[in-house]
Amino acid sequence: MEPLEIVEKIKEIFPAELLDTKEFRGQVSITLGKSRILEICGYLRDKPDLHFDYLVDLCGMDYLGKKEVRFEVVYNLYSMKHRHRIRLKAEVSGDGPAIDSVTPVWRGADWHEREVYDMFGIVFNGHPDLRRVLMPENWEGHPLRKDYPLKGPEKEWQGFIEVLDKAERFREFEWHD
Amino acid sequence: MGLITTDTTGNQLVEVEEGTVIMAPNIIITSMDKLINWSRRSSLWPMTFGLACCAIEMMATYASHNDLDRMGIIPRGSPRQSDFMFVAGTVTKKMAQIVRRVYDQMPEPRYVISVGSCASSGGIFNTYSTVQGCDSILPVDVYIPGCPPRPEAFIDGIIKLQEKIKHEHFRWSRWR
Repeated sequence: MEPLEIVEKIKEIFPAELLDTKEFRGQVSITLGKSRILEICGYLRDKPDLHFDYLVDLCGMDYLGKKEVRFEVVYNLYSMKHRHRIRLKAEVSGDGPAIDSVTPVWRGADWHEREVYDMFGIVFNGHPDLRRVLMPENWEGHPLRKDYPLKGPEKEWQGFIEVLDKAERFREFEWHD
Repeated sequence: MGLITTDTTGNQLVEVEEGTVIMAPNIIITSMDKLINWSRRSSLWPMTFGLACCAIEMMATYASHNDLDRMGIIPRGSPRQSDFMFVAGTVTKKMAQIVRRVYDQMPEPRYVISVGSCASSGGIFNTYSTVQGCDSILPVDVYIPGCPPRPEAFIDGIIKLQEKIKHEHFRWSRWR
């Protein structure tokens, strides 16, 4: 099925959710509201002529100062059976960012959502195990946010302070010729 | 003088001057420093430990084309059996604890080779997550430049470490 036909199908069932459609070089992206994202994803997977059985990637975006709604969660979908693709973008507001988890639809979304939570601080409601996946558990802040300083917060992470402290304490046991 | 005789237990003896008898040839006299430093630098066993793309070059150096076995270098799977470690790759702050723990588990004498620009200085990653040079957490003996270094650079770094061990003095002793 052509990507724009897929968009028409979504428009029929969820007219209020579809905010914008963009086509660039044959790739179609649709911007959605976040409230019924789980339903839309379930529909895209279960409808026999759409059959999006493969979540290629799930990632976050921060449009701080560039768009009205700060965050977006992007879903790249592919159908193994019909060999067609579509990209969904769900808008998530900046204060208390949260969206429904799509792990009930695609189990593989688990770690992708954990990564987006880790890097952007977007909470996924209904996620089975929402912990940080890359940064240490007690890390402060979410590094891929645009207002996060490149060299990190001024206060050094406690775990690294402990290593530096250990290295300093053990320095007297080093060999010096 | 020069006359080889045999004592009651079968040892060959030679009288070097009037009244002074020493054992006959096939005996090498050297200092403990030279002997121990020679044996240490001739069988350096590295800890098998890689962090990023430098580890791929490290594996290539271990492999048959460059053949580090000819230098007595056999990668070990345990820090308890290792003599030195390559810090091969980007050291993140989260990984720094583990790198330090692996180093702490190695028995003396132990050495560290910092491989590549990331391990030596943080490299291009001057960011929140990266340790700016592993010498802030470990005592580094040799730095190998490169991004990543070629196997030849690895071998050069090992030879530099061997030179360093060669000139150590009294490290085998329990006195410091």
